[in-house]
Amino acid sequence: MRYMLMMHAPRGDGEYGITRWSPDALKAHIQFMHDLGKDLNASGEWVDGQGLAAPGEARIVRADPKGLPVVTDGPFAEAKEFLAGYWIVEVDSTERAYAIAGRASTAPGPDGKPLNMKIEVRQVLSAPPTDA
Amino acid sequence: MTAESPDVTIQHLLRELAPQVLGVVVRRHRDFSMAEDAVQEALIAAAAKWPVEGIPANPQGWLYHVAVRRLTDQVRSEVARRRREDAVASEVWAEWAFVPPPTGDIDVEEDDTLVLLFMCCHPALTPASAIALTLRAVGGLTTMEIAKAFLVPEATMAQRISRAKQSIKASGIPFSLPSDDERAERLSAVLHTLYLIFSEGYASSGGPQLQRIDLSNESIRLARMLYALLPDDLEVMGLLALMLLADARRVARTGVHGELIPLDEQDRSRWDRALIAEGVSLVTRALAHRSAGPYQLQAAIAAVHDQAARVEDTDWPAILALYGQLEQISGNPMVSLNRAVAVAMVQGPAAALDFLKTLDDDPRIAGHYRLDAVRAHLYERAGDRERALGHYRTAAERTASVPERDFLMMKAARLAAEPPQKPREAPASELT
Repeated sequence: MRYMLMMHAPRGDGEYGITRWSPDALKAHIQFMHDLGKDLNASGEWVDGQGLAAPGEARIVRADPKGLPVVTDGPFAEAKEFLAGYWIVEVDSTERAYAIAGRASTAPGPDGKPLNMKIEVRQVLSAPPTDA
Repeated sequence: MTAESPDVTIQHLLRELAPQVLGVVVRRHRDFSMAEDAVQEALIAAAAKWPVEGIPANPQGWLYHVAVRRLTDQVRSEVARRRREDAVASEVWAEWAFVPPPTGDIDVEEDDTLVLLFMCCHPALTPASAIALTLRAVGGLTTMEIAKAFLVPEATMAQRISRAKQSIKASGIPFSLPSDDERAERLSAVLHTLYLIFSEGYASSGGPQLQRIDLSNESIRLARMLYALLPDDLEVMGLLALMLLADARRVARTGVHGELIPLDEQDRSRWDRALIAEGVSLVTRALAHRSAGPYQLQAAIAAVHDQAARVEDTDWPAILALYGQLEQISGNPMVSLNRAVAVAMVQGPAAALDFLKTLDDDPRIAGHYRLDAVRAHLYERAGDRERALGHYRTAAERTASVPERDFLMMKAARLAAEPPQKPREAPASELT
């Protein structure tokens, strides 16, 4: 089964809180993400995973009546949380997807303590139809 | 498939030789994991060289020698590393490094392929690991081909294979045929793994993944190989028959946009007659014996469908009886669900809906989208539009398959668009 784990990071009071963390906190956070990726690779569960650019860089695009793109500021201007990145994992059970999400949620924050980030877990529709 | 190019001929030859060569290397050098890596490298080398230099006179010997050379290099560097770390090199390593390669023909043993299948499909492995390892070690596919087939990165698939090999090592699974008392269980794990490969391929046909290897064909090839090795096993016969009878309908079951076409709407003139004839003959032979196993019964059901020239010619009482037998031996609620569809065809939708109530307390299937899908279908046949709509929509939300979701949403949309209160004379339909 394939799941997308979406990391909803707290936006903090600034544009992108993490840029104001101490070097040690930052290092611990980066190391945590690196280790998580490495372990998912080693377990053969990694399909994809990406960090996304700072929310201030996000833009919303809509087509105007003529079908031309109209670009406006991102969706995060008012939001308390933003999508910071995602993983796509292939696992043997839903419980395993929850366990990985649980671990991701403990990524260390500015004080070195777990951020307890919200991780949204969504199944990717990749199953074969059961019809045979 | 287009006419076979020389490259395709080489590819087929390599896949056929892969388990034979691997068997010889493992018997000689014992370490399955290293031997399997070495044979994989030999296959990749052959795929690059043979199209240019031509197929060698003794292709098995060629592959064997290249594999052994890789293995020896690997062992030598390992010995050197250990010497640096530890003055006393392991005797095992040293012994391997100096095994002289045999000259001329290699002694392929027919049972090797069977032993490899039993090993790669061992119940100690997760299905995903068993599938990956079987396709590589027995199917002779490359890691990259397998990764593409399952739409994961090559590194992920490589890890999955290497973990599968670690599990084999850790469980101490020997390179030999299982003992008589565990044979049945081990064979059923082999059949299950091949069936899972088939389902994965059967489902993905018509999808956007044009470069994927054809997993259905691979699983049928492996099942044929297994049948050649165990020609008297009725369940092997049943599995091969089931695959052929399902594969016969493959082109008819997806539309031009990859959408699912249910059995009762398929253009039966597009079914592959030759595959049906072969499958029917196999299943007939298998069923001539007494106790029918689950694959034989499923094949028999597929045969009844495949032999109906028109959907209204389907022998539903026969299908209902077969599902009854299958339900008894499998105790699987999915089978009961399929039986409900047959019940509806023979006794009407109301009887089938009554029967489905017995499944609501089964935690293995309660809340499963297929229960909703079948209910929707039955309510639709019974003319209860509102309930049918509700269940179609719930099923569409719960399925993890895009073609199935699209199919269910379309059903709901068409039903919702119909003028209400029109008594429906639904065609015979099957949702297996």
